[in-house]
Amino acid sequence: MSLENTTIVEILDTFEFLDDWEERYKYIIDLGKKLTPLAPEEMVDENKVRGCQSQVWLVAETDADGKIHLRGDSDAFIVKGLVAVVLLIFSGKTAAEIQATNAKEILDQMGLSAHLSPLRANGLFSMVERIERMAA
Amino acid sequence: MNEFAPIGGLDVASIRAQFPILKETVHGKPLVFLDTAASAQRPSSVINAEVELYEKYYANIHRGVYKFSQDATTAYEKTRESVRAFIGAKHKRECIFVRGATEGINLVAQTWGRANLKEGDEILLTYLEHHSNIVPWQLVAEEKGATVKAVPVLEDGSLDMDAYRNMLNERTKMVAFTHVSNSIGTQTDAKEIIRHAHDAGALTLIDGCQAAPHLKIDVQDLDADFYAFSAHKMYGPTGIGVIYGKEALLDAMPPWQGGGDMISTVTFEKTTFNDLPHKFEAGTPNIAGGIGFDHAIAFMNEIGIERIAAHEADLLKYATEQLSAMNSVRLIGTAPKKGALISFVMEHAHPHDIGTILDQQGIAVRAGHHCAQPIMDNFSIPGTVRASFGVYNDRSDVDALVVGLKKVMDIFG
Repeated sequence: MSLENTTIVEILDTFEFLDDWEERYKYIIDLGKKLTPLAPEEMVDENKVRGCQSQVWLVAETDADGKIHLRGDSDAFIVKGLVAVVLLIFSGKTAAEIQATNAKEILDQMGLSAHLSPLRANGLFSMVERIERMAA
Repeated sequence: MNEFAPIGGLDVASIRAQFPILKETVHGKPLVFLDTAASAQRPSSVINAEVELYEKYYANIHRGVYKFSQDATTAYEKTRESVRAFIGAKHKRECIFVRGATEGINLVAQTWGRANLKEGDEILLTYLEHHSNIVPWQLVAEEKGATVKAVPVLEDGSLDMDAYRNMLNERTKMVAFTHVSNSIGTQTDAKEIIRHAHDAGALTLIDGCQAAPHLKIDVQDLDADFYAFSAHKMYGPTGIGVIYGKEALLDAMPPWQGGGDMISTVTFEKTTFNDLPHKFEAGTPNIAGGIGFDHAIAFMNEIGIERIAAHEADLLKYATEQLSAMNSVRLIGTAPKKGALISFVMEHAHPHDIGTILDQQGIAVRAGHHCAQPIMDNFSIPGTVRASFGVYNDRSDVDALVVGLKKVMDIFG
């Protein structure tokens, strides 16, 4: 993640401030652009998230302290921004912390499930579900 | 009709007025519906026909001796005659009702295919096929030890007819191909393809999903052995479609699904099967869909398929001009003859990004691989954006698309 200095709280605040769909999408796209791309060898089937209409990859690594570090990517810009949001919600937490996190609530708060098409929202949710399964 | 003779001689305003859904707004914007190739919208006449059935004379068909059952049967079977006339079949018993083209293709693969294919036989498809005309053949080929091969396309998305002729051989038993590609619009020369297939001793199955709403179909003139299409792409209900087959072929084919309606007599020792078309129509069918379908055909006939084709060809030409003039747009599929759809990619945005931004502007397009991954791989792209046209679209929809795409360029450029 090269969004180290960004927190999900900041994103939520910014999102609230932007009331126009176009500005919100531009913001999401910018978040995606800041995301460090995965290496080509990481963009393989086993890292793919099913249920996404575009291609989404997720990579998880657990460190010595039990914290799960997540990286991800997508071939679509808006989806890449959504991946960034999801990673900011979860990355660097322990499995227990991930289990205690209600990501859907945060995404709902951002209006992402309402403002994005159901298919894309499903992709977003399958991303979240995959992370939650990893932590289970 | 309007004396000012709008495009293609069609009074699009009065056609649009028959489609209640086109008055809807999306994200506060008027709906610009450019996804007819996935599923067309329905006119009130089709919607009302289903409502009328359920409210006034619904009963199961082909069974009861009472009035409602007879009325519903008459209405349902009337559709079969309309279908026969619509595609120029010799007999209405050659028109088998199925859930849709997908089921129709599976029916042929599972009955004709399992009865006739053997090890070493070849099934010839094309790179233009929808997954529905690939996977059923792979399933039966695997079971029978047959091989599936695909005819390549040229750079503009036309079928490579030289390659096709070279691939035909004495092992080719079936040539299954699309009449109009759902992903890039290419219209194939069906008559020519069929002629060569027959010369090689192969049968043919045509996926007519995108052709039936847009072209005059004449299965006898084409000499098609099987022809599949779905009502929901023809302004009709979902869950009803047709597989046409030549009578002699259908007669010789074993039944597929067993159940009610498809039998003549049943004992535990032996069951004899009903005659065509019922032999292939086990169980209670989509009665309301079948009845609504007749009204969809009537809707198309009233306008006239030739006029629909001319209108859509004009729209396609206009859209092609407008989109070609946009620098960051690259059209995928520029064959000389195309159905009413235009597929494209853009430099700085993924098809899904484009689809999302268009959706925010009330514009409905399809983004993705269109269930036709081989042709996407052929052009080395993950997918396209596809705008497809129906009889209710006009140039203002194309203009809205262009404005929408300029917004995409603003955001991603």
